[in-house]
Amino acid sequence: MRTNWFDRNQKWIYTMPAVLFVLLMMVFPILYTFRISFYEWSMSSTTPPKWVGFDNYIALLSDARFWVTVKQTFIFTFGALIVQTVLGVAIAVLLHREFFGKNLVKTIFLLPMVATPVAMGLVWLLIYEPSIGAANTLLKMIGLSPQLWIASPSQVMPSLILMDVWMWTPMISLIVMAGLATLPTEPYEAADVDGASTWQKFWYVTLPLLRPTIIVAVMLRLIDVLKTFDIIYATTQGGPNMKSETLNIYGYTLGFQYFKLGMASTLLVIFFAIVMALTLLMIYVRKRLEVAS
Amino acid sequence: MKRKKRIKTIIMSSLTGLVVISFAFPFVWMLLASFKTQAQIMSPDEFLIFKPTGQNYVNVFNEYDFMKFIINSFIVAAGSTLGSLILGLPAAYAIARHRLQGLGLVILVARIIPGITFLIPWFIIFSQLGLVDSYLSLILSHMLVGLPFIIWVMISFFEGLPTEIEEAGLIDGCTPTQVFLRIVLPISGPGIITSSLLSFIFSWNNFMFSIILAGDKTKTLPVAVFNFMSYSEINWGALMASACVITLPVLIIALLAQRFIVSGLAAGAVKG
Repeated sequence: MRTNWFDRNQKWIYTMPAVLFVLLMMVFPILYTFRISFYEWSMSSTTPPKWVGFDNYIALLSDARFWVTVKQTFIFTFGALIVQTVLGVAIAVLLHREFFGKNLVKTIFLLPMVATPVAMGLVWLLIYEPSIGAANTLLKMIGLSPQLWIASPSQVMPSLILMDVWMWTPMISLIVMAGLATLPTEPYEAADVDGASTWQKFWYVTLPLLRPTIIVAVMLRLIDVLKTFDIIYATTQGGPNMKSETLNIYGYTLGFQYFKLGMASTLLVIFFAIVMALTLLMIYVRKRLEVAS
Repeated sequence: MKRKKRIKTIIMSSLTGLVVISFAFPFVWMLLASFKTQAQIMSPDEFLIFKPTGQNYVNVFNEYDFMKFIINSFIVAAGSTLGSLILGLPAAYAIARHRLQGLGLVILVARIIPGITFLIPWFIIFSQLGLVDSYLSLILSHMLVGLPFIIWVMISFFEGLPTEIEEAGLIDGCTPTQVFLRIVLPISGPGIITSSLLSFIFSWNNFMFSIILAGDKTKTLPVAVFNFMSYSEINWGALMASACVITLPVLIIALLAQRFIVSGLAAGAVKG
């Protein structure tokens, strides 16, 4: 066998370009963000960054707007996550049977999650439009009074959650449907012998068997819902009255509208820590559940 | 018993119908509104039956130079996908064959970190290098989404390939590099197509990186459509026409490659 230096070191040469890219575009920026979080700078070329130590952290942690943002991020994340998981599993179970046009239904399901989020945000903006939107037309049809939807400080969060549910419930459904297709038939035969009802079979057989699949789907969604940016920025930009401002949006506003780069970096460091902590928590919970079952 | 079963079927079918209508509705609404005049959109009586007009599309292309934004989006999406393939395929192959799990984990972390964490440093650095509003900065930033995804999908794809073919190649006198280029890559079509299509879609849809790093020369479609909305009075018909233009290519890809995309999106899940 001919081997030269290139082939002997294959695994390093093959991975080197990707690793370099990751170091330059990912690791370096993270360290840079961490560093600027200890400075005060507005990107001006005449005033250099000024070292302020932990001042940014102290200022941010005593900023009421920051804490409201944290709270809203969690409301949006867990609100959307819970609704789309319950709905997603229910729809998967509903569609898990042979019927005419099943492939067409699966195709339609794919569309919300691949369609451009900004464009979908605009479509929902029109749906929520108080005077001409479809949402109020529907309410009037069933005899309810029209609402302000995303223009109302108290309704903006649920309205945005509904948008995210529309976009991403299909993903949970498709993953759970793939999981359903691999379930063994024996437990169901045993349940039939025991005379279990449809509901009992779902609750005591299907759900426990699906648990690992559902947890993975929830984990994937958790990571992404926390980081939701496009549909919020394209529709409300955090308004009205900052009632839909999440950490992502506030960080963006601090950095690119107020040009408080130090403060924005501080917020991003904290955001990064929250996302990492929640992900690790999910991995830990998943391990525990796997051991338990 | 038989009657009970029939009732159950009817309930299931109605529920399925309801689900389909709810999820398809925004698309139908977008499409219909894009062919309506502002007055028709305002009037609920003309929801389904109206005299369609193509004026919105004409306006979008004539007044706002949408062709340029389409070309920009295409250059960035194709460029970042190509770049991700060139860097990602060898890396995924090495990770799969030499069991470099640690590296695989690093790639996964890239998917977890909020993209906005990178934006401030990138913006500062690209500004200093004079690269804001260049295709290069957009392609590099979009690769941050595409590359981890392609590596992630391709690791499991390469792991699924039987190693016998590669061993046969080695015995026949191929070098490991030749095995990769001439044997492994040609049979990896399905995996490469899946990951490329999704990487292309992610880049085409990307808004957060583009809104900061794109300028007048390189403005991509999502940014253009967003700016279009912020002009004083909202022209809903034109806005919906532009939403259709930006969504159409993605929907066509999704329809043509449905099978590939479901497996691609689920790849992360199946592997766990």
